[in-house]
Amino acid sequence: MTLIHFAILLPVIAAVGIGILYRFYKKIHLGWFVLPIPAVITVYLATLIPAVSNNQVIYETMQFMPRVGMNFDVYIDGLSLLFAILIAGIGTLVVLYSIGYLSQQEKLGNFYVYLLIFMTAMLGVVLNDNVLMLYLFWELTSISSFLLIAYWFTRERSIYGAQKSMLITMFGGFLMLGGFIILSLITDTYSIRGMIEQVPAIQEDPMTMLAIVLILFGAFTKSAQFPFYIWLPDAMEAPTPVSAYLHSATMVKAGLYLVARFTPLFAFSELWVWSILGVGLITLVWAAFNAIKQDDLKAVLAFSTVSQLGLIMSLLGAGALAVQTGAAEGLFTVAVVAAVFHLINHATFKGALFMIIGIVDHETGTRSLKKLGGLMTIMPISFTMTLITSLSMAGIPPFNGFLSKELFLEAMFALREADFSVLADVSVLFPLLAIVGSIFTFVYSIILIRGIFMGKQMPATPKKPQEAPALMLISPMILTILVVVFGLFPNILSGSIIDPAAMSILNTSEPLNTEIYHWHGWDSPALWSTIAIIAAGTLMYLFRDVWKPVYRLGTDAFTLNYLYDQGLIYSRLGAERITDGYMTGYIRSYLIYIFGAFVIFSLITLINTDISFDWGVTAPIALPEMLIILIILAAVAAMLITRSRMVSIIMFSTIGFSLSLLFVFFRAVDLALTQLAVEAITTALFLLAFFHLPKRSRHEEHRRFKLNNLMISAAVGIVATVIGLAAYSNRLFDSISQFYIDNVYDLAAGGNMVNVILVDFRGLDTLFETLVFGIAGLGVFVLLKLRVNKEGENKYEEHP
Amino acid sequence: MEILIIVLAGLLIGASVYLMLSKSLLRIILGTGILSHGILLMLLTMGGLKRGGIPVLDDSVQQYTDPLPQAMLLTVIVITFALTAYMLVVAIRVYRELGTDDVEQLKGVPREDD
Repeated sequence: MTLIHFAILLPVIAAVGIGILYRFYKKIHLGWFVLPIPAVITVYLATLIPAVSNNQVIYETMQFMPRVGMNFDVYIDGLSLLFAILIAGIGTLVVLYSIGYLSQQEKLGNFYVYLLIFMTAMLGVVLNDNVLMLYLFWELTSISSFLLIAYWFTRERSIYGAQKSMLITMFGGFLMLGGFIILSLITDTYSIRGMIEQVPAIQEDPMTMLAIVLILFGAFTKSAQFPFYIWLPDAMEAPTPVSAYLHSATMVKAGLYLVARFTPLFAFSELWVWSILGVGLITLVWAAFNAIKQDDLKAVLAFSTVSQLGLIMSLLGAGALAVQTGAAEGLFTVAVVAAVFHLINHATFKGALFMIIGIVDHETGTRSLKKLGGLMTIMPISFTMTLITSLSMAGIPPFNGFLSKELFLEAMFALREADFSVLADVSVLFPLLAIVGSIFTFVYSIILIRGIFMGKQMPATPKKPQEAPALMLISPMILTILVVVFGLFPNILSGSIIDPAAMSILNTSEPLNTEIYHWHGWDSPALWSTIAIIAAGTLMYLFRDVWKPVYRLGTDAFTLNYLYDQGLIYSRLGAERITDGYMTGYIRSYLIYIFGAFVIFSLITLINTDISFDWGVTAPIALPEMLIILIILAAVAAMLITRSRMVSIIMFSTIGFSLSLLFVFFRAVDLALTQLAVEAITTALFLLAFFHLPKRSRHEEHRRFKLNNLMISAAVGIVATVIGLAAYSNRLFDSISQFYIDNVYDLAAGGNMVNVILVDFRGLDTLFETLVFGIAGLGVFVLLKLRVNKEGENKYEEHP
Repeated sequence: MEILIIVLAGLLIGASVYLMLSKSLLRIILGTGILSHGILLMLLTMGGLKRGGIPVLDDSVQQYTDPLPQAMLLTVIVITFALTAYMLVVAIRVYRELGTDDVEQLKGVPREDD
């Protein structure tokens, strides 16, 4: 265990302490105790930047389950460090913000414990080299996300959203595990590094296609790509700090991380490249289009997040082409740089926007665009921050969103010039979709600014609006300042963070020396696109009442949410029907399953095993033994036929007593004695019970019922006999009995071997047997004596 | 002899299954009793039958019958007794509370949504 491992596990270790602390000490807001944890991790990770930007990688291993190859292998390169810093950094700001957001009346213990679990899980995902551990942490993020969405678990929408997110992300996660396993079967390693070294082997294997599809399922569900994005808007039921953190800045980017991490592995595959590119672009446009029609501010941001994730995803797809063509200096390198840069920018401006929306919600009591307006003068600081971050999101200079959006457009135009073997004529679609998506983005960014802060002030807000306390403003303020700083001086990031991350995705050690400019010259298509986007976006915003009826065109019947809900209902119904089909409630059915399974599995085993029936020397049969066996047979026959319960009990006893006689002939004296005693008591017991049981011992049974029973019992009897014969004639190893015979006197100083085995060699067994006996006796007593009266209270019955 | 006993044991097991599948509680309990008898015989036979003297230390005896199955079966007999007694009491209680010993009529509590 090294310092890095400790840093990853620190939040979850601290969670234990935080949970206990909250039980006993509630005077100070719990968040203050949590705050140092992500802060310390951020600082620690920041100290690693110089080393990593000098092309070093940090690799530390810790044995966890070496037998199955599941080791906690921490691998830090530019890409993982970027994500880790985002997780810890935004985490610090979110915790700080939550201190103001959540009042002390809330269940803070739950909140922070879940949040800390999430931090460890997320750091574990991005800093792991072992795919099994990656999967473990991956699912842990899903679980903590589930817990956080359902934080207000008395609300129906929260539960719905939590369940939806869990079902969808875990569905994808599980498929992803399948992909990992296929990969590890091909390469014989669980290490991602090890897999990347074996790309040629992976390239040749036909199963790779399946692995790609499965892993993409994991990435697309987690990163809320089309058509799996539907869980993200419903996840907005979580407290706003959670939405800002998990569902915008970090967890939903795990899918992007996965795609980026596996790009060196799969970039050769056209399926990989085109799926990512296509799905990303569709998501970008579709979600941005849907964001405009939302009324709830958080829903706008949710769709906006989905859309931006699609943007980064499509950039990673274009980046995969860079790896495919093998040219690090090629046109698409710009796409990878743009992806990484936009990832950082999105975390800053979207994190800030979520926090501001949280402030608006907190101070006015509503998140509905219809009820808000004109808050500019009342909340000037929030307004300024929204203005900056929204414009950055819309891609307006000089903010950081503009820079990465320019790079994005440039990359999409570059795609047109690439030489495609397939889809040559469709390539015009890429810049087109990018521009359309950006126009929608521009429109909803403007809606956010104008809808909340401009226009008439609405009198209908549930609370009287006022500017938020400083505590809540600090975190969004820091992020907003970053938006401006990164916008004005983008190159402070490029050398230290962006380049190392881009180089890990491109799997190259050649320095990229990226320089990000604001001005690309008059002939840059990105410049003209930006101008077109702003113009078209402004027009669309101004005439939104004209074209907004477009949203009413679709019916509810075929929306993805409808499909999800129906799927859930029908899978529940189906499961219920199947269960009801075999869980009949009749003991007889269950017995038939048990006996049927016994017969079938035994037969399969018997057929597939090589058994010879050779019983060698057997003991002679004496006449008295034969007689006893005949008596038993007669008694069994009588028992099966008789209708009288008296006769059945007598026949049962006859079998028991005959058995004890047989034991005498078989030199089993102790058995005979015990059997005799037990049989006597059993008979007495049956006779006692006789008084309490109904007269007829058999109910009317149809012939078919009897026939079925006969067949089943005959099958069980025959199979049991065959098993007995097979076991008797096939000895796998020598009996251990000789040990007891040899040592009975030396070790236990006794002569009667059976007794000595019971009370000495296997003394504990016998002790617990008496315990079982005692429990049974207690049960008998309670069943006979205890009665439940109508009020549900227990009482003893006076006359049993 | 061993073969005969194994067949007898198989027969007892088959008969016990037939009894257990019937509707009456009493027959089910008797069935489990028979089942344990069958298994007793089966296990005892696995060590071979009558292969020597009674397993009590004696200088004049050269070979003993296998004591291990006997010790195990002793446990089986006793536990079976506990089981039978318990089931019998359950049957009595069921009959007294519900007025029937027909297991077909004991099918759970009707669900609310049925």
